[in-house]
Amino acid sequence: MSDITFIRAESVTTEPRLVRGAVIGTVLVLIAILLFAPLIAVFAEALSRGWAAAVASLGAPDARSAIRLTMIVAAIAVPLNAVFGIAAAWAITKFDFRGKAFLITLIDLPFSVSPVVAGLALVLLFGANSSLGAWFIAHDVRIVFAFPGIVLATMFVTFPFVARELIPVMIEQGRAEEEAALTLGASGWRAFLTVTLPNIRWALLYGVLLCNARAMGEFGAVAVISGKIRGETTTMPIMIEMLYNEYLSVAAFSLAAVLALLALVTLTLKSLLEWRHADVLAATRRH
Amino acid sequence: MHIEIEELAKEFGTERALHPVSLSIPSGALIALLGPSGSGKTTLLRILGGLEFPTSGRVLFDGSDATGLTVQERRAGFVFQHYALFKHMTVFENIAYGLRARKRRERPTEAEIGRRVNRLLDLIQLPDIGPRYPTQLSGGQRQRVALARALAIEPRMLLLDEPFGALDAKVRKELRGGLRDIHDTTGLTTIFVTHDQEEAMELADLVVVMSMGRIEQVGKPGDIRARPANDFVRAFTAA
Repeated sequence: MSDITFIRAESVTTEPRLVRGAVIGTVLVLIAILLFAPLIAVFAEALSRGWAAAVASLGAPDARSAIRLTMIVAAIAVPLNAVFGIAAAWAITKFDFRGKAFLITLIDLPFSVSPVVAGLALVLLFGANSSLGAWFIAHDVRIVFAFPGIVLATMFVTFPFVARELIPVMIEQGRAEEEAALTLGASGWRAFLTVTLPNIRWALLYGVLLCNARAMGEFGAVAVISGKIRGETTTMPIMIEMLYNEYLSVAAFSLAAVLALLALVTLTLKSLLEWRHADVLAATRRH
Repeated sequence: MHIEIEELAKEFGTERALHPVSLSIPSGALIALLGPSGSGKTTLLRILGGLEFPTSGRVLFDGSDATGLTVQERRAGFVFQHYALFKHMTVFENIAYGLRARKRRERPTEAEIGRRVNRLLDLIQLPDIGPRYPTQLSGGQRQRVALARALAIEPRMLLLDEPFGALDAKVRKELRGGLRDIHDTTGLTTIFVTHDQEEAMELADLVVVMSMGRIEQVGKPGDIRARPANDFVRAFTAA
């Protein structure tokens, strides 16, 4: 048996060097073309007439109101969707009831419906031509072409993110820990706060960050329902498109750069949290 | 605590998990619910603990009707099959959980909680593991921590779902003795579920053999071996 000396050092799942190089290289090239190049182009275009021009364009009243509107919409839509997402994931994973599969499909609906269609549906539902819309208008509440409509559209489009992140995690964790908490005398609410929430906090954070990124970036649905009233119902993505159509490319790309930066900040925040809590993460992994 | 089970039945949709079963469990006994998977033993245990509610029938604790009591009101120390320890808490916090969950006027002081947790850690013979996390423990240690956590609430009974199921043969033998000791020390009415006839026969005062949602035989281990009530019991206990 001693003649078997050509033992390979690598594990069985390791491919030959050439294959490895080709696969990794392909991924890197794709990432460069699809992710980095466009990002760099946005920043380069924004700064093409210098730093001062870019900053000045961001100081314009319309740009500032767009930034403010986007932030406020996200600040309302994201927490609400976090709560709805937790509730939906909780209902689906901790209880058995009829129509569960249907509910899961419904949660995914905003992913499969085009945002423009979603926007149009909201216009039809809350517009002056529907009885619901007429009722709101009669009570002096404007939804379509106004702030509430933008929030509604954003919430519709970003609804699945938190629930989608939580459901697989909560299914994997099962109900035993919650049941243990209940047998130890904890109320349902206490079990949720002290057992469920700590167990899902990373998935929740992930979902919230994705939800936030999409809430700030949503174009289609908001474009339809907002009516694009300049300085009033224009969020950042819509303002960017308007500026671009007006050949104000520095202003358009400066605003686009800010939007991209907001997304990068959320991602960095997430990586930072994961890095700082790496030890806790490792300790709380499944047994 | 004396437990009386009267004509207890449970259906999940159209499936009958438990046909009407009746059973009397004397106070302070150590009982094994023995049967293959799908025999209804875990369902029966979960009904006693308040984690499932029966479709019909009654449960009496010391003579008073406990069927409608919530899981919190039952004060049953429950040890889950895979222990269900809280992964994000230390062993100390796991054991203290039930004490901290009490209403403010019934809640012990921090010092008292510390004393009780340490006493329980001594009882399970793992005095130094308080600051560790469940993932840092062996399977046998986890099982003992789960037992300590269940005992911390000063339960009226102890319910264990396959307490040795996830352990290797050697640890399993060691811990059997541990459970017997804890039962004898606390005097708690203890019911454990197992599919291992040797475990049931060695450990329990009274063995309840179950199959297909029915109780096939109730008796002392020796009696069941010597006089099996039917072919199923004979085949299952001979295995």
